[in-house]
This record gives sequence, C-alpha cells and structure tokens, in this order.
Amino acid sequence: MASTGMKAGPDLTEAFRSPVSRPPSAWQKNFDVAFKYLAHAFGAGVVLLLGGVVFEVMRHAKTAIADYGFKFLTTSTWDANRADFGILPEILGTLYTSILALGMGGFLGITVALVLSQGFVPRKVELAMKNVIELLAAIPSVVYGLWGIFVLVPLLRGPAGWLNEHFESIPFFSTRLSGPGILPAALVLSIMILPTVTAISREAMAAVPKRLAAAAYGLGATRWEVIFNVTLPTSAGGIFGALVLGFGRALGETMALAMLVGNANVFGFSLFSPGNTLAALLANHFPEAGNVEVGALMYAALVLMLITLAVNALGSWIMLHATRELKGLG
Amino acid sequence: MISVTRFATTAVAFIGLIGFSLACSKKEAPPAETTPSASAAPVAAAGPVTLQGSGASFPAPLYSRWFREFGEKNKDVRVNYQSTGSGAGIKAFIEGQTDFGASDAAMTDEEIKQAKDNVILLPMTAGNIVLAYNLEGVTDLKLTREVYAGIFLGTIKKWNDPKIAASNPGAKLPKIDISVVHRSDGSGTTFVFTQHLAAINEKWKSGPGVGKSVEWPVGVGGAKNDGVSAQIKQTPGAIGYIEYAFAATTKQPSALLENKAGKFVAPSLQGSAAALAAVELPADMRAWVTDPAGDEAYPIVTYTWILAHKKYDDKAKSAALKSVLKWSLQDGQKLSEGLFYVPLPEKVASNVLKAVDTIE
Repeated sequence: MASTGMKAGPDLTEAFRSPVSRPPSAWQKNFDVAFKYLAHAFGAGVVLLLGGVVFEVMRHAKTAIADYGFKFLTTSTWDANRADFGILPEILGTLYTSILALGMGGFLGITVALVLSQGFVPRKVELAMKNVIELLAAIPSVVYGLWGIFVLVPLLRGPAGWLNEHFESIPFFSTRLSGPGILPAALVLSIMILPTVTAISREAMAAVPKRLAAAAYGLGATRWEVIFNVTLPTSAGGIFGALVLGFGRALGETMALAMLVGNANVFGFSLFSPGNTLAALLANHFPEAGNVEVGALMYAALVLMLITLAVNALGSWIMLHATRELKGLG
Repeated sequence: MISVTRFATTAVAFIGLIGFSLACSKKEAPPAETTPSASAAPVAAAGPVTLQGSGASFPAPLYSRWFREFGEKNKDVRVNYQSTGSGAGIKAFIEGQTDFGASDAAMTDEEIKQAKDNVILLPMTAGNIVLAYNLEGVTDLKLTREVYAGIFLGTIKKWNDPKIAASNPGAKLPKIDISVVHRSDGSGTTFVFTQHLAAINEKWKSGPGVGKSVEWPVGVGGAKNDGVSAQIKQTPGAIGYIEYAFAATTKQPSALLENKAGKFVAPSLQGSAAALAAVELPADMRAWVTDPAGDEAYPIVTYTWILAHKKYDDKAKSAALKSVLKWSLQDGQKLSEGLFYVPLPEKVASNVLKAVDTIE
C-alpha cells in the first residue's frame, strides 16, 4: 500500500501520522499484550472458580458419599439425630416445582414476548411493558417469599379448598392446602423466571429478519399464520434457550422456596401438599448442622449441581437437534 | 498448542495473584476499635478491649441490650455479639474464632472435649416456649400433656377431637384439621421443645426424639420464629411452638399447658421463674428443666448459656469478659423482664457469679 502511494507522488508523511496508518507504538503493543493476558486470566479465573467450588463441595461430601452411597438418593428421611439421611422427596420436589413453574412461567413468558415483539401494541407501550417485566428480576427473592406468605397463600386458600372438596379423587387436588405448599411455591417461581424467559425470547423474536415475515405476508398469510409458521420456528433456538435458562433458575432458587414450599420431608403429586426442594433443604439446615450433617448437605448440593448440569446439557442437546428441523435446516 | 500453553501460564499467574492477595490480607490484623476511654473503667486494661461473641438468636435481643448498656458505662470494653444460631455459635467458639459463645442447648460432653475441656457454661437468662394457635373464637385453649404430644405426633388430627374437648368444656371447637407448624431450620428452640416432649411422652422419645431439627411426623416448616409465627397467623386451625417473647410482642394467643402437677398454666415469666426455682443447678451448670415440678410451673422452659473459656491467654480479655458477665448477672437481670426474658432466680445468679470468678 505504502509503496504504491509513494509512486503516485503526493506527500504521504501526513497520512503516516494519522492514528490508523501509523505503526503501533511500544505502549500500544504492550497494552494489547497486557489486555490479552488479562482477558485470558479472567477466563481462566471463571473456570478455576467453578473447579474450586466443585472440588470443595466434593471434598466435604466425600465421607457422606461413602457412608450413604446410592441409598441417599432413594430414601426419604432427614434425621440428624440418628444420622439417617435421604433426599428423594427433595429431588422430586425440586423437579416438580421447577417443571410446574416452567409450564406456567414459560407459556406466559413466550406469550408476553410475542405481544412485545410482533407489533400488537404501540411502540411506547411495548417499551414500558418490557421494562416493567425486566424490573421483576430486580425484586429480591425474600420479598417474593413474603408476598407469597401474606398475599398469595390467603388468595389460594379459597379456590384450593373448593377444588379439594369437589375433586378429591384427582391426585393433584387430593390434600387440603394448609398454607405453604407446592402450588404457591411453583406460582411464585413461575413469576420469578418470567423476566428471563420473556427478555431472551423477545430478543430472539425481534431478531427474525423482517423480510421473512414480509415474504409470508406477500404470499397471503395472516398475522397468526406468520407468527406460527415463520416467527416462532425461526426463533425457536432462542426461545428454547430462554426456557432452559428459566428452568435452571427455578432449580436453584432458594429463599422464596424455603419460605413457601412447606419444608416437609414428603412428596406427593397433590399441588396443595407441603414438600421440599434441595435448595430449601440446604438453606434451612446449613446454619445449625453438625459435621455429619454438613457432609450429607454437601452431598445434596452435589446432587443439585448434577441435576442442573444434566438439565443444561439435555437442553443444549435437544436445542441442537430439534431446532434444526424447525429452522428448516434438517 | 501455543494458545493452550499461554492459557496455562496465565492461569498459573492468576492463581499466584490470588495466593498473594490472600497472604497480604492475612497480615492485616483486625483493627482494634479506638474509642477514647473517658470514664475510669473497672477493667485495668491498657487500651480498649474488643470481645467477639456469637451464637443463640433467642437471647440475642437481651444480650445486645446488655452489651450496649455496659459499653456505654465502660468505654474500655466493646462487645460484638452476632446472633448466628446456637450450633454455629458453639462451632465458632470451639474453633477459637470468638472469645465467647452462646447457646440454647448446653454443650455436649463431646463438644466440651473438642474445646480441650477449657470451657465453662454460664446460664445467663431463661425463657419460655409457647404453643401459639389460630382458632377463631377460642380463647384460653387448654391442652393436656397427652393432647399436645398427640398433636405433634399426628395422632390427634381434628380440633373437635373428644380429647381436646374434654379439657375445654364450653369452647366452640371447629371441625377442622389441625395444621402443625414447626421450625424448618435447625434451632435451639426445637431442641428444648422436643426435649420436653420426649420427657413427657414415650412415643415421642422413641419416635422423632430430641434434636435441633428432627424428623417431624406431621406439619409444615417455617423459617425462624417469624416464619412460624406468620404461618400460624395465616392458617386457620394452625398450632406451633414459638418463643414467649415472640408471642407476647405479636400478641398471638397461646395455649395453657398441663404441667407435671396436673395444673393448666398459661405462659408467663412468673410461671417460668417457678419452674426454674424447682431445679437444683449442678456443678457444671448444665441443668435441663425438661419437665419442672410445682403447681405454678410452666412446663416448657429453658436456660440459655454463655460459653466462656476457663483460661484466656490474653488477661485483658478475661478481665473484660468477667466484668461484662458480672454486670449482666447483677444489673443486667433487671432488664430481662421488659424484654420478656425470665430473670435468673437469685440463688442461681449467685452460683453463676461464683463461676465467673473462676475465669482466669
């Protein structure tokens, strides 16, 4: 470049002085190198941090794993006095509340995302609603818990009692709601995952190229046909990612659940019965746990991590395979 | 390949950096509070002494009041008390993180062994545990020993059970389920309550047993006293155990319980004082008032202990701690009633004072 310029005649010393064409100074070079190493260090730091956490949890859980083994996952007693521990009700309760929350929060979240991205409401309203929903993520989970205890549970008591009276034979309604339980916990969870699901799936829907929709309209499709046949399939990857993230959030949620799930060591399909989750178990028992119980709690923490990991891996795998077809790449 | 090695070197450098910063932070000793000493304090220490303590949450309001008032009078001593829970308090004390601990459940022999026997248990105050309930239109609910054990065992399920009705003639007991509420977190309150149930009921003793958390046969769990209390208030037909101070300040109705003498007693400070007076304090100060005798004795009552070392390496600390504890056992006791704690019976207080004197 420089040599051809020289041949053309004009004085290029000025051009060489400009920041773009000037060779980098020593300071710039060093800064670049330092920045690169810093970025590497932080990247490595994240991996090391996770490794450290897993290592530490496993170190403490080691004796409990040796003592209780597989039985830990299939029994349902938590008795620190007799050093008898099992977390079956907690595993099932964690999955049950999270799946219920994903069902409710996921459906609601995607619907809201549709409203906010497909021009159903004026742009200004869209923006306002989007911000309000994202604000939900900023509410501390202890506030959700209190709201659940003082507002949601009293509201649910009437309808729950009626359902229990009239449809007792259906397993979902087979017990009376005495206060906290699976349903209030799942409802609050679904509200808590709503911002995650909405924000990410809205971005995905907004990222669908306008000309795809325009082409479909051009072929005579109605708005709903466009949404169901063009927008949703094209953004399926993003929506699915939103659901996986929301599910992960639901699995790990602690405080609100510890306050609302009832903390009873039982599992039933009834929506109104109290239950327990792994995260709530950890939160409740850690502060006063003795050595043996800490080991068992660490084992439970390890199980929770594995469940979350499995859910994320499964989610990625399904996303990879299912969305290919939806996107028309299969 | 190159990028992998680079990644590894930076990772190593990063670890080094963390290690270095940790090493640095360790050197920084906790800065001593530098409050000017105005009054002539009884502690003959050079400069202000800071005492760290942590443990039981149940006496925490009273302790913080004591330590604050003491600190105002003696600028040379500062006491930091954190209410972390009894179990955590014992752990921190054994590991030497604190100068003194506090617990609703006295240390076990094993725990004392872990503390190399260098420990002395000092009862500082006492409190009641009440059965708060939520039944519209029912006041002064009376529960026999058999009934309240049965409720928590799950054998008595409805409020209109004939066994409950028998001791409450004339009360309109509704035909609804009893919703038992218990603590979901490990707690000294649970320990004292289950200890009492085990003392009065064989089935409880061989079943759920005694502990800071047990395997409850029935009910839902609420976190801390406020969680349990909120759930009782929210749920018609609920019953649960909470500390007296909590029930008294939130004005929650609580049941009259049948004591060892067969009398129904409402929870009160006098009832607890009567219960405590009936128990002789042993030499190691570990008195379990599991089922007090006496007509006026309220049945569920407990001491709560401060854990101190027999010998401190830092003499300034032991002197400061002794003066704090002595003040709490004398002037401090007068503050107890206002905060709904039971003042120690005089005989007990003087015994504990003698024990404080042995601290070196």
